[in-house]
Amino acid sequence: MSTDAPAEPKSEIGEINKYNFRTETTGVFKAKKGINREIVNQISDIKGEPDWMREFRLRSLEIFESKPMPKWGGAIDIDFQDIYYYLKPTDHQGKTWDDVPQEIKDTFDKLGIPEAEKKFLAGVKAQFESEVVYGSLEEDLAKKGVIFTDTDTAVREHPELLREYFGKIIPPEDNKFAALNSAVWSGGSFIYIPKGVSIDFPLQAYFRINAESMGQFERTLILVDEGANVHYVEGCTAPMYSTESLHSAVVEVVVKRNARCRYTTIQNWANNIYNLVTKRAYAYGDATMEWVDGNLGSKLTMKYPAVHMKEPGARGEILSIAFSSAGQHQDAGAKLVHEAPNTTGQIISKSISKNGGRSSYRGLVAVHPGAHNSKNNVVCDALILDPESRSDTYPYIEISEQDVQIGHEASVSRIGEEQMFYLLSRGLSEQEASTMIVNGFIEPLVKELPMEYAIEMNRLIQLQMEGSVG
Amino acid sequence: MTHVLKIEDLHVSVGDKPILRGVNLTINHGETHALMGPNGSGKSTLGLAIMGHPGYEVTSGSITLDGKDVLEMGPDERARAGIFMAFQRPMAIPGVKMADFLRHATTNVRRPDRKEGEELIPMREFRKELREKMEHLRMDSEFARRYVNDGFSGGEMKRAEILQLAMLQPKFAVLDETDSGLDADAVRLASESIADIGHQKMGLLIITHHDKLLEHNPPEFTHVMLGGRLVETGGKELAVELHQHGYDRIRKAYPDAEALNQKLLAEDAEEALA
Ligand SMILES: Nc1ncnc2c1ncn2[C@@H]1O[C@H](COP(=O)(O)OP(=O)(O)O)[C@@H](O)[C@H]1O
Ligand SMILES: [Mg+2]
Repeated sequence: MSTDAPAEPKSEIGEINKYNFRTETTGVFKAKKGINREIVNQISDIKGEPDWMREFRLRSLEIFESKPMPKWGGAIDIDFQDIYYYLKPTDHQGKTWDDVPQEIKDTFDKLGIPEAEKKFLAGVKAQFESEVVYGSLEEDLAKKGVIFTDTDTAVREHPELLREYFGKIIPPEDNKFAALNSAVWSGGSFIYIPKGVSIDFPLQAYFRINAESMGQFERTLILVDEGANVHYVEGCTAPMYSTESLHSAVVEVVVKRNARCRYTTIQNWANNIYNLVTKRAYAYGDATMEWVDGNLGSKLTMKYPAVHMKEPGARGEILSIAFSSAGQHQDAGAKLVHEAPNTTGQIISKSISKNGGRSSYRGLVAVHPGAHNSKNNVVCDALILDPESRSDTYPYIEISEQDVQIGHEASVSRIGEEQMFYLLSRGLSEQEASTMIVNGFIEPLVKELPMEYAIEMNRLIQLQMEGSVG
Repeated sequence: MTHVLKIEDLHVSVGDKPILRGVNLTINHGETHALMGPNGSGKSTLGLAIMGHPGYEVTSGSITLDGKDVLEMGPDERARAGIFMAFQRPMAIPGVKMADFLRHATTNVRRPDRKEGEELIPMREFRKELREKMEHLRMDSEFARRYVNDGFSGGEMKRAEILQLAMLQPKFAVLDETDSGLDADAVRLASESIADIGHQKMGLLIITHHDKLLEHNPPEFTHVMLGGRLVETGGKELAVELHQHGYDRIRKAYPDAEALNQKLLAEDAEEALA
């Protein structure tokens, strides 16, 4: 076994980077390609699930089959019968990295996860194909009652807590891909932060697809109890293959009174992955939910993290960065639903399109009747780097209340010749100059990230910018 | 060997509008040249053509640095070869911190052969130097964390240009009205700083309408531009004369150039209305 198998073919945008490598693994079980009742039952059997979950899966499969493809967003050309829905890479989950099969451990070493864990993380989950292969949580947090486990384990070990919320924030009926995930889900994080517990360092999950034609369908549920505080971060990568693959997650978050949750995603999927994800949070009285959503990879991303402000004083904030290059379409955005009075929402979206890439902002702001004195502000800025690239804005606004403050600003810009000349005249190359302008463009969002992720984000932007200034 | 920047019979157009009509100028390293002339005569155009602005097309003539063809080089290569211009109107780069920008610029100019992606000057070393230079220019240390020219006052922009001059230490620098838009104290500070950083240490081409800057940086040569040509060259006393008496004598002495200058100004006024 080797982790150095070269990942040919290289993508057109020169993604010769540290994410693009394949690991030779055997895995302990791989379901046949395609989706049907038999496969869904098989997944449920292998996991030894209770009946309610098996029924939930089978009902979701029917919903999936009956739902049409989404009519918005990008072109989805997926043969659902040509995908592997379940691949179990190893028999057990490691509590230390030494418990993880060598070639998988090597993979995460290359991605820098154990190193980051030592330096600044309070807990880590590492998912490889369909299962979480490594999990850790600082001991004192566990003692305080914090739960950070994979969702399969939570079905067994925390059934009441899980069942109260699982599929309640995002039911399978929500959309075709939420139904698909509900039918074949595997892995993902389950987090419970008890009342008043505040975690200073982030909890991180890393999702790696390694095999060709592999679908990944993790399912995450985060419960932040009253007055608690957590920052959860997820990273996602995959090597480049010639065939397309699918990542379709469901993420449900509940933020109770006075609590705070920040959920940061840095998505750098290979450019042949459809990334179709449903993310939604409920925020209760005076709670704050923040989505920080960075989309740099994938062929097509359709993702609109949502916050429903259920009780007075709730806050929802969504910061979104999208970068699309050749062959990529980022249809990213946000949804804020004001369901109670005195709620505050903010969306800041920055998109960059280059080399024929396409970025769209698709957003919904809804104010329900009775949600008086609510405030909402949306700012979306697009930067287009060349005439082949494209940017669109689709803002939807549904206001059923008089007494509200709503703001919307949008701008589209190109890198100006004068800005470029100024930087060149100081000795920067064209590529350094345009990278610097792009990094400056997203700086207002990146400065919100913890330093390690800010550095990672700037580095990813640089990778996207490399080798393609014409 | 003394470095030489040599401009011969330079013709420059913007769009298809000829602006410079045969400029000859040789600057030796260590010399200070004053470039004077009424508005619209082509002073900034000469600087921008030396720096390689893509909107300023050299239609004939040459610019060489130590015999090497500067016109072959892009603006970034010119910067790395040791040419600098402090702009009359510097550009804002939102979101990019002065310190990051300057670290890239300084690294590239000091290590002209650096390949993209190679290490920058070590952070610690760079910060120390930047801090020293900023203190010397009496700039607040907070300045390094601000975004390049973004929301700067006119005076702050000019001082930021001087800071870049200090960091990049070019062989030749064009200073385009680096003293305008400043109050009297700031003009004195800028004049002293430039004298300190560049006078007799670089080849300077100073474009100015005021006398303070030249008092601190006495020029060996003064050139007068009119209608896209250098119509007269003298010593320091020519600058003094023009400061005291203005351009009437020049306009009368060179009626053809004056006519061209007026024509360009008239066209500007027309474009402004259109
Ligand atoms: N970017 C430009 N576009 C159009 N005309 C220009 C441009 N730059 C300079 N010019 C014209 O060239 C002439 C000289 O301008 P400039 O070099 O700025 O003069 P000075 O610096 O001596 O005041 C003016 O008529 C001006 O309008
Ligand atoms: Mg000028």
